Amino acid sequence: MSKLFSEENKAAFSNPLNLNNPIAIQVLGICSALAVTSQLKPAIVMGLSVTVITAFSNVIISLIRKSIPNRIRIIVQLVVVATLVTIVSQLLKAYVYDVSVQLSVYVGLIITNCILMGRLEAFAMQNKPWPSLLDGIGNGLGYAWVLIVVGFVRELFGFGTLLGYNVIPKFLTDWGYTNNGMMVMPAMSLIIVGCVIWAHRSINKEEK
Amino acid sequence: MEHMLSLFVRSIFVDNMIFAFFLGMCSYLAVSKTVKTAFGLGIAVTFVLLVTVPVDYALQTYVLGPNALVEGVDLTFLAFILFIAVIAGIVQLVEMIVERFSPSLYASLGIFLPLIAVNCAIMGASLFMQQRVTMEPTNAQFIGGFGDAIAYALGSGIGWLLAIVGLAAIREKMAYTDVPKPLQGLGITFITVGLMALAFMCFSGLNI
Repeated sequence: MSKLFSEENKAAFSNPLNLNNPIAIQVLGICSALAVTSQLKPAIVMGLSVTVITAFSNVIISLIRKSIPNRIRIIVQLVVVATLVTIVSQLLKAYVYDVSVQLSVYVGLIITNCILMGRLEAFAMQNKPWPSLLDGIGNGLGYAWVLIVVGFVRELFGFGTLLGYNVIPKFLTDWGYTNNGMMVMPAMSLIIVGCVIWAHRSINKEEK
Repeated sequence: MEHMLSLFVRSIFVDNMIFAFFLGMCSYLAVSKTVKTAFGLGIAVTFVLLVTVPVDYALQTYVLGPNALVEGVDLTFLAFILFIAVIAGIVQLVEMIVERFSPSLYASLGIFLPLIAVNCAIMGASLFMQQRVTMEPTNAQFIGGFGDAIAYALGSGIGWLLAIVGLAAIREKMAYTDVPKPLQGLGITFITVGLMALAFMCFSGLNI
């Protein structure tokens, strides 16, 4: 048991959450982070889907890493990822249809999400399945929390709701509070992600 | 013909890949340091789009769509795997052609040429095409033939090229400005792109 949770394995899991965050530090997987975060619910579903797919594709590639010929490894990786994405997309359509309509093409675009290819190339090709699983979950969650923060801010200020429930008290609207329509616009997600990166970097610099 | 023209103009300005859908962000942020390389990558992306979208259109119409291959069978769920395989193959081809005819461009694009395969803009264009095929023919975004598919691909590519060259020009100038330390590099780039996206929003009401 102690071997399963050694220092290295813990680092594989916790580093991507903060110090080596896929969005803020590695700058991977930006496209979907920006496009699906106008509300909280699609952001959560997207974050979870990416976590599941990263974890499983890391394990699968790590299991077969010794039998993949080096020249065609990209194609093999793409096929594994595409298969997993197809499964997840069918599951989303079956169980949370409204969210899958909202996410539209961005579910399919998980295939080309750089986090997946980056982790497969940099980690799963050299490591055993168990650390790869932890690394996949860690990176997926590191991606998910940025999405959730951006989705939280945009839904709160853009629609005045969280997960579809109204959270702005009535006396504020009586005083003349209005929702900021700018937050719903795609352009604002870029600026918010920029600010998240700014905050993240200044906090981490203080720690060092 | 009129529809093709409007599709072309719309996909440059209104449905711009970067500012409206955030597709191809990873290489957009990483390669936009100098105008020259940015232009080269933009051309490469346009070219790859121009080849992949019509090929994927043919696949969608004659193989994947409902009742296309066998009566009563809908193979749409296979689209992810087939599209990514086509894209990976064509990118390999383009890489060989560029290496043969323009070694200097090949050297300056470096790792980003093979990475076009996982550029979301390419995959995204194919997935949007798949969505648009099923739209009403009166819709301005409808794609109903090879001509439309080519016009859409060319427009999207040029829109992407325009966006990356614009950002690269701004970043060349920005090298001389005094940006707060934690915001330098990625953070300020995000905010710049956000402001550019705001500017591009003025096209969104355009009705051609």
